[in-house]
Amino acid sequence: MARFIGRRLLLALVTLWLLATIVFVIANVLPNDIGRTILGPFAPQESVDALNEKLGTNRPILVQYVDSMIGIVTLDYGDSYVTGRPVLPQLFEAIGRSAKLAGLALLITIPLAIVAGLFAARRRDKPADRAIVLLGVTSSSIPEFVTGTILVVVIGVHFGLLPVLATPPADSDILTQIRYLLMPATAMAIVYFGYIARMTRAGTIDVLQSDYARTATMKGLTTSQMMRHHVLRNALIPTVAVIAVQIGYLFGGIIAVEKIFNYNGMGQTMLFAAQQKDIPMLTAGAIVIGIVYMLATLASDMTIAWMNPRIRLDAER
Amino acid sequence: MDVAVTEEDVLPKSPMPTSERSQARRETIKLLLRRPSFLVGVAILFGWVVTAILGERITPYDPFNDFSPGHLAPSLEHLMGTDRLGRDVLSRVMVGSRDVLIIAPLAALLGVAAGTLLGLIMGYYHGVVDDVLSRLVEAFLALPVILVALLTLVVLGTSPIVVIAVVGILFTPIVARTVRSAVLSERQLDYVTAAKLRGESGPFILSREIFPNVLGPTVVELTVRFGYAIFTVATLSFLGVGIQPPSADWGLTVSQEYNNMISGVWWPTLFPALAIASIVVAVNLIADSLQSVLDE
Repeated sequence: MARFIGRRLLLALVTLWLLATIVFVIANVLPNDIGRTILGPFAPQESVDALNEKLGTNRPILVQYVDSMIGIVTLDYGDSYVTGRPVLPQLFEAIGRSAKLAGLALLITIPLAIVAGLFAARRRDKPADRAIVLLGVTSSSIPEFVTGTILVVVIGVHFGLLPVLATPPADSDILTQIRYLLMPATAMAIVYFGYIARMTRAGTIDVLQSDYARTATMKGLTTSQMMRHHVLRNALIPTVAVIAVQIGYLFGGIIAVEKIFNYNGMGQTMLFAAQQKDIPMLTAGAIVIGIVYMLATLASDMTIAWMNPRIRLDAER
Repeated sequence: MDVAVTEEDVLPKSPMPTSERSQARRETIKLLLRRPSFLVGVAILFGWVVTAILGERITPYDPFNDFSPGHLAPSLEHLMGTDRLGRDVLSRVMVGSRDVLIIAPLAALLGVAAGTLLGLIMGYYHGVVDDVLSRLVEAFLALPVILVALLTLVVLGTSPIVVIAVVGILFTPIVARTVRSAVLSERQLDYVTAAKLRGESGPFILSREIFPNVLGPTVVELTVRFGYAIFTVATLSFLGVGIQPPSADWGLTVSQEYNNMISGVWWPTLFPALAIASIVVAVNLIADSLQSVLDE
């Protein structure tokens, strides 16, 4: 297992380097006049030059590249063009708030989706299964901001059941916080429900068709015994993988949800940075979310390896 | 006795002759037409294409230049009410798919074309090429799509071409991975070995032998990506970096009007939002049917 983890970590480092390079290329190589981008087309050239000098964006591109790669490792992601302070502390604070929202969304969606997927798999091609598959296709294809607006109109405004803005009053207890976060979290949960339910269904159907599942049935185990002891462990492997992938996407969809519900998390921070052309903040955001995604996939790979020794031993060889 | 080599013997033989292939295609279409979800998806998508093309000729009001009093509630005169500038919401919803129905298919096409090429190369040449490209694909997959699109559109400035390019490029690695795994299982089959023994070149085998056989997953990927492209472009428009005013685009309209929901003016937001939902669901129903039919 240690060798497996070591190998995966090494690969993750390579991916991180490539990812940081891609982001650097997007942010710096394409137009290469940050001063002009910030000051706009009508600013005099002297101001543009002076700003580039101050930001260090007039240095040779290779120097800037090496500088930013060292920054990734030493956790120096540059200073915000807007506040002049390091971007990382501000970003982490915002991500912390977003994590609350994303965590609640996952907490709602994972159990429901797994139950729905297992239920559908055991009733394959019956009306209940078809309905769940259709629900999955529908729910995972509608953008979060669309479900968000529909929820606000129906639950927030028409019935007045939940607050339409997500930011709870200061020092509110956990239940109040959840009440405020419930609607945005539901908007996100709906999108992920479809993915996870369909994956669970596909994984379970696969296992139910296997020889050992048939053997288990033939030696007289009840369905629930068979599901618990023989099916679940293997059936849930694709589910674990898809949940990890979704954690990365979660932070993409969260931008629109935070805008609708005016929640001051990572998404609002990134939108504000986009409006202000605060490029260090945007690049740091992209890289940090990339790291979150990689850690999530790493965790899922380890979970899968632990669930299925065949994968673990195969990777060690 | 001399062996006569006719042209026929030398010509490359596809694993499936053309007539059989077109018969298989007819079979696929027949199976598709039997699926209600496919028919519903096609009907909805077709409806939006028709309203986008006919536009002003069938809308009850001029969607751009008819300014009634602002924020009138839905009534018999304005079935979906009016927006903040007094334009008829129904008329604007009817023409609101115009931009996204051009941008999203092009973005999907770009992503699938580039991804298929990349996937064919990765799957066929294996070895070092595959290892290097796979790392790159992995890194791209770790990027948060919406966030990187936001960054790129801020740096380059937003325009339809940039939106198409950004979304297309961000989709490329996802498609490449799908095509690669399809090619990996194809390349072990006898017909590829036969082509190699005949002395065919790599590009020939890839384009004329393997590609037609991974066309199924590629077509599925194209429809799936089309759905995601609408999803992504709508989200980008909602965030203000996608389609720009004065377009009647649905995502853009939601971003202009959603602040008024709290004061009870829900109609200029809800109807475009429902329109987005209907079109993405329609495309995904088509994609899903196509996938199940081709899997069978």
